[in-house]
Amino acid sequence: MSRLITALLGRRAGRIALAASVLALGLAGVAEAQPELGIVRPIHEPAHASVQLGAELFAANCASCHGVDGQGIYKRPRPGAGNVPGMGPSLRGVGAQAADLYLSLGYMPLGNIHEQPNQGPVRFSKKELRSLVEYVASLGPGPGIPHPDPKGASLSEGFQLFTLNCAGCHQLAAEGGYVTGAKVPPLHSVTATQIAEAVRVGPYLMPRFSTKQISNAQLNAIIRYVLYTNKIDNRGGWGIGNLGPIPEGMVAWWIGIPLLLIACLLVSRRFRKA
Amino acid sequence: MSITNGRRRDPIEDPVRFIDERTATSVLLRAVMRYVFPDHWSFLLGEVALYAFIVLIATGIYISLFYVPSTAQTIYHGPYKPLDGQTMSAAYRSVIYLSFQAKAGLLMRQTHHWAADVFIAAIVVHLMRVFFTGAFRKPRELTWTIGLLLLFTSFLEGYMGYSLVDDLLSGIGLQIGYGVGLSVPIIGGPLMLLIFGAPFPGRNLFFSRMYIAHVFLVPLLLATLIGVHLALVAARHHTQFKESERTTNKRIVGAPLFPAQAPRSLALMFFTVGVLFLLGGLVQINPVWQWGPFHEWASENGAQPDWYLGWLIGALRLMPSVDVTIGHFTLFPNPVWGGVFFPGIVLMVLVAFPWVEARLTGDHGVHNLAQRPREAPNRTAFGVAFLAWVFLIFVFGAADRVYVLVGLGYQTLLLIFHIAIWVVPIVLFFITRMICRNLLASDIAAAAREQAEHEAIEHARALAGARSRPG
Amino acid sequence: MSPLFGRRTASAERSRSGDNGAPPGAGNGRARIIPAGQPDRRAENWVVACLVIAAMFAAGFVVGYAMFSPLALPNEYLGATLGLCFIFIGIALTIVAKRLVVTEEIEHDYPTEHPEAQSEIAQMIHESGSRITRKKLLLGAAGLTGGTLGLAAIAPALSLGPFWNTTPLDRTPWYRGRRIVDVDGRPMLADEIFENTFYSGFPEGAPMDNIGSPIVIMRVNPAQLRLPAARRDWTPDGIIAYSKICTHAGCAIELYRKPTFPPVEPGPALVCPCHYSTFDVLTGGTVIFGPAGRPLPQLPLYIDASGYLRAGGNFSARVGPGWWNVREKPIYGTY
Repeated sequence: MSRLITALLGRRAGRIALAASVLALGLAGVAEAQPELGIVRPIHEPAHASVQLGAELFAANCASCHGVDGQGIYKRPRPGAGNVPGMGPSLRGVGAQAADLYLSLGYMPLGNIHEQPNQGPVRFSKKELRSLVEYVASLGPGPGIPHPDPKGASLSEGFQLFTLNCAGCHQLAAEGGYVTGAKVPPLHSVTATQIAEAVRVGPYLMPRFSTKQISNAQLNAIIRYVLYTNKIDNRGGWGIGNLGPIPEGMVAWWIGIPLLLIACLLVSRRFRKA
Repeated sequence: MSITNGRRRDPIEDPVRFIDERTATSVLLRAVMRYVFPDHWSFLLGEVALYAFIVLIATGIYISLFYVPSTAQTIYHGPYKPLDGQTMSAAYRSVIYLSFQAKAGLLMRQTHHWAADVFIAAIVVHLMRVFFTGAFRKPRELTWTIGLLLLFTSFLEGYMGYSLVDDLLSGIGLQIGYGVGLSVPIIGGPLMLLIFGAPFPGRNLFFSRMYIAHVFLVPLLLATLIGVHLALVAARHHTQFKESERTTNKRIVGAPLFPAQAPRSLALMFFTVGVLFLLGGLVQINPVWQWGPFHEWASENGAQPDWYLGWLIGALRLMPSVDVTIGHFTLFPNPVWGGVFFPGIVLMVLVAFPWVEARLTGDHGVHNLAQRPREAPNRTAFGVAFLAWVFLIFVFGAADRVYVLVGLGYQTLLLIFHIAIWVVPIVLFFITRMICRNLLASDIAAAAREQAEHEAIEHARALAGARSRPG
Repeated sequence: MSPLFGRRTASAERSRSGDNGAPPGAGNGRARIIPAGQPDRRAENWVVACLVIAAMFAAGFVVGYAMFSPLALPNEYLGATLGLCFIFIGIALTIVAKRLVVTEEIEHDYPTEHPEAQSEIAQMIHESGSRITRKKLLLGAAGLTGGTLGLAAIAPALSLGPFWNTTPLDRTPWYRGRRIVDVDGRPMLADEIFENTFYSGFPEGAPMDNIGSPIVIMRVNPAQLRLPAARRDWTPDGIIAYSKICTHAGCAIELYRKPTFPPVEPGPALVCPCHYSTFDVLTGGTVIFGPAGRPLPQLPLYIDASGYLRAGGNFSARVGPGWWNVREKPIYGTY
């Protein structure tokens, strides 16, 4: 039906019609469950990724916060447009980079706009991801998916740059931490592409580092260092999380002291009581 | 056996005679060999701390032969690639060298650090044993005071030890120490300038000073305090539990140092040394190559001091934003509450406790018998409450990692702990006291029952004996 | 007699531990002091076995040390061999203690009071002053000498660093016109300062690790700034700078919480990673969370003719953790 309208009236009308029809279908799902709990998909998905598929998925799963055509919603929608208090920034011009970052990390869709996006399972298939990314990229000119090359970069330079720009939030061994109001994620299950995207996009509270601040060569070095932390040099033995004194104190009290208490019990005497 | 000069030649007596003829120590030694050790495993905790101290000295001497106490800047070129080409102090460089290029160097470093953590933990466990058994009472108040001085001195010693490495993590700790020092009322500024030689990070001289303090001055103090502590324990003899008819406040029953206790204490020493080396080899501690060199303009998330200063970071984090000013002058900058007053109060309460307890109970007698915790309900309850107060503040020091692990927000935790650190100790006080009293009552009831049964049996026997006698 | 360990004569002790008919000790015909016990060959075997195992571990340590190069030598191997060697020696000694020496139970009196000696000491000290007629005067003079000598002994400690003069704490390298450089020493162009991120800056030509040196630079929307009136022209084009050193205990502030999505965001804030003092960027560094007692000092900025960022003067307040004079006025020289 929407294809017919597209053919007759052009893409924009087609999109609106599509959005309207899928919204009608999708709203039922959206209204009952937070977007996290269910992805609404078209009943018959095409075999290949396409902007069309992306548009359909967007309309069903993202438009309630990001607005029709990704224009953003900055005020609460009128009651009746679904129980989801949808608000979200405009996605026009964010490009494939941001879309790929948020979607591939599972940050989006976000069920509650007051909650922090967290890395989680990606509920879209690869094809659906690609489609969504293409669609968001088509909303306006924006940065594409970066292609970092950390292999030849300097590990030492990466360590220094990471210490200055990143460790304040992400901890020196990229174990993550806390900043007032949010949790900072560890960086051990992210790809080089995702790291590059995050540095350029600045997801959630994270600062956004442009090429003027961290050049692409420097970014490669930082990525090399972050990937290195996945197999960081723990030549001293069991790394106990690379967090420093907290697990060390636990080992002293929960392994060291009990072993020594056992030693005390072993060497004590037992007399026959007089 | 051959006989010379009217005395038999004996492979053991001959050297003993040799030494005594030149030192006149036989009488002393003979008495020492039969010094009495009462029996309980919990009386060995202080020994564990002592053996950890010996490991600290031994490993400390070794690593001090590699360490360079200088902040002169140098550029690293060595096997650890992430540091290659980085500017760092000679001190940090020397520790990286020790960890990577000196065989067994990392083992000695890690064992030294584990020994420090375990040493202080053992002192705390030992302190709790002494407290809850009332072994600090007259005549052992001075021993208790010296023990507390040992504990707090070892905090300083450990802090200086890991700060000497000049890595980013410990350097942040030094920066905080400087901030806490500045906050000492009125004299904090001049005092810190004196110690550091200049505003932080101070002149290069500061590291030399810290080095001398850590390897010479404070170990000398610790060794002296330990010596006096042990001499006092030996002079008054150890407390004991009342385990038999013969143990009384005046009479100590136990095993002699030689030959019964000596192999046990030696075994404990080897176990302690063994556990510490096992930790030093198998569990990584303070991997300074991962922290990078210190820069005063850099920091990292989740920076923490070693565990024994965790109560201080907890206090610093918990304290609300309160500076006390008089006009333009700042009398109490914020860090003074958590960094100076809080540990000061804890130390004072602990030092004063024997005297205050004697005053409040009116009991100024000599006590050589150790009590079971239930036998002193008020003291045990107070101890539990005080410990809970300090422990909760300590736990909050790690609240950011708790948040990351468990998801309970830091700000939420802050609110909860603001209340909990007062409410929980009070509640625990009353609960503990009630439990002690109940246990005591049931002990007395059980003893009374036993006594009654015993008397009944005796009575029955007497009756049977009377009936069976003729006439 | 040893005062430390009480008086115990050899004969008294011998009679207490008793003679259970075993052969006399030490071959000197005297009665036993330490009771004889039953031999335990199995225990002996265990002890030997443990000692041999310990020796093997120690040898393993030495062999491993010799065989491997420093980088290839596993720390776990060294620690396990050495540690287990000690543990097995400990086990051997425990077996000795429990099976191969006789553990007796002996008794002792606790040391008693010695009121005689106490009085005699006091008496000796009292009597020693029999030739002194003006005790208070002598004591006073001794006190005077002791006090002044104590002062003389302490005085050289003041050479360790500045003491009375705390102006080093007040000083920073910043003055009007000083250019701002990044961590590599390159001057910073105002056009290269973007929103939603933060930059570390340093005074050109001054030591980086002076506590007054490092600053944090951000660009914010000028319309959102709510600074005190005196600082109106401190933020050209919305570029704003603060001291990087936290006013609580002195850690470097390396967390910047950028604004996210206006309807739900918290505003931009600088956070210190040590105790999480949080400073509001838009209102002049006021403390919005955490224990810091003073706002973060702000550095005035201007953009020079070539487009580089320069300091417009010194900070708005003294930098770093607080001390007695930290709030004193005037702050520095003129701006």
